[in-house]
Order: sequence, then C-alpha cells, then structure tokens
Amino acid sequence: MIASWPCPGPHGQSEEYAFAFDRGRMVRLLIVPALFDEANRTRRMLVDTMRLLDEAGVDSFLPDLPGCNESLQAFSAQSLHAWRRAMAQAARHFGATDVLAVRGGALVFPHTLPGLVLEPAKGGSILRQLLRARVISAREAGRQEDSAALLEAGRSGGLELAGWHCGASLIAGLETATSQIEGQRIVSQSELGGGGLWLRAEPAAATEQSAALAQIVLAEIAT
Amino acid sequence: MSDTESDTDSTLRAILSDVLGLSPDRVAAFDASTGLFGDLPELDSMAVAGLLTEIEDRLDVVIEDDEVDGELLESYGNLLAFLESKVAEKA
Repeated sequence: MIASWPCPGPHGQSEEYAFAFDRGRMVRLLIVPALFDEANRTRRMLVDTMRLLDEAGVDSFLPDLPGCNESLQAFSAQSLHAWRRAMAQAARHFGATDVLAVRGGALVFPHTLPGLVLEPAKGGSILRQLLRARVISAREAGRQEDSAALLEAGRSGGLELAGWHCGASLIAGLETATSQIEGQRIVSQSELGGGGLWLRAEPAAATEQSAALAQIVLAEIAT
Repeated sequence: MSDTESDTDSTLRAILSDVLGLSPDRVAAFDASTGLFGDLPELDSMAVAGLLTEIEDRLDVVIEDDEVDGELLESYGNLLAFLESKVAEKA
C-alpha cells in the first residue's frame, strides 16, 4: 500500500512515499493531489476512490508532493517547477498510463498523460486564499496586515502562509500559474454530487463522491 | 424580499453547508442572529478564507481585505446583509 519512488531534490535524489494499489495491471492511474490544506481535506475521498478502482482492476498511485506529508524535503525549498518535475518523475517510476489531477494539482501534473482533472484551481486563487487566511488570523491577533504588502515581501523573501513556509519561487509561481490541461476531461464537482470536500473546514469522507468519481474515471480511461 | 436577495440568501446557505459539512436542513435553520466566526469552532481563519473565496466565485463579487472584520463574520445576518448590498451594487 505504501510505495516509494526516487524524487529529484535540491540535494540530489530523495525517496518519497506514495499511497498505492499496485498489482501490475495494465491501467495505472497517477493521482496528483491538491495543494496545501486542500490535499488533506480531499485525501480520504481520493483513497476511497482508489480502493474502488482497485476492485475494478485499475492500479493507482497517490504520491506525496515533495515537502508535504512524510517527505524529508523542506517545504520552503519547493516551487511549482519542482513539483512538476517530481510528478513527471513519479509518473515515469510507476509507469502511469493515465492521470487524475485534483484542484491545484492541475498546475503541476504531467499533462502529456491522458486522463482527468477535477475542478482545476488557478494559482492566483490559491495564493489569494492563503494571503486572506493570514490577514484574517493576524487581525484576530490584533495585528493589521495587508495582502498586497505581504505579497510584495513574499515575492522576494518568501512568506509563511497558514503555517506553510512558502519560498519566494513558490509565491511567484503561484501568482500567475494556470492549469496545463491538454485534452484531459474536466470533471466538475456537480458531477460528484454534494459540496467540494476541499471547501470543508474539517477533513471528511464522502463515500458517494468517491463512488461517483471512480465511475467517471473508469468510463474515461476505458474509452 | 426581491428575487436577487433570496438568491443571495440561498447561495450563502449552500456555501455554508459545503464549508461546514452540515445538512441543508441545519443550515436552513440559520437566522440573522446565528453566530459564525467565534461561535462555530470549525470556522478558523483558513476556513473563513475559503468561505469568502467561494462566495466571491459563486456570487461574482469582490470582497476587499478591509471589508473583512469581526463584525462582518459575527452573525449570519451581518454577512448576508453585506453580500446583498454587494450584489445590488453590481446590478
């Protein structure tokens, strides 16, 4: 269930983990997770989807982005470029035939693979939300901060946003990044029924959404 | 209440249902005095940021930093009144 893969990092190769169902089957789906807190909120739903895909005869792989989860790499050293390179490497290592990118994962997924993208998010929206969370929590603590000034400082020196130590290159990359969809099917939340789990204040399971997503994936990769 | 106002109300309830993971029935019972930030422990700063961003997307309005204060998020009624005026400005 837990697989590892060699990932390029600033200090050479490092081992990263992936949650995987690998029985050496023909169809092998790489799942590129959402970014920041959205990855935690959607993880249970995706893992339940992976179980259903396994039962349907499809292998799937959910790698950690370097710097996230169990990764030994520093989060502050990450950039969209580094995550893109890492996901391309994971796709090669696991022999992925198809891809499912979730939300901000659409900014870093290997777009030469066929597959699907669930509710792709723009880098600018993700950054704006993180900046807003920081301004709100500062205000709660009695400090006045301003999104524009924070962004300016973050572009050159990096910035801590919602507990994430974002390096300057990640901030700069997010600001203008748009998804790199190239023919992949865009799946909208309304197709899964219910509200998007990335919106949830607390992580939760959603078995109906997992089932709907598994059906959509199976229909797409069979065609 | 005009159609626009009731649309804003139902959209806001739908978003709160998604963010809080509450059933539509429970969110339908929110009234103007229902407390939000400070009363609902799951609404931390990150969740509020997500809530505001989703509101902007679904209502097609822009909420400025300096418009977000404790009072705005204190109760359902305050947030709804603010958004209804935003939507009316746009029209």
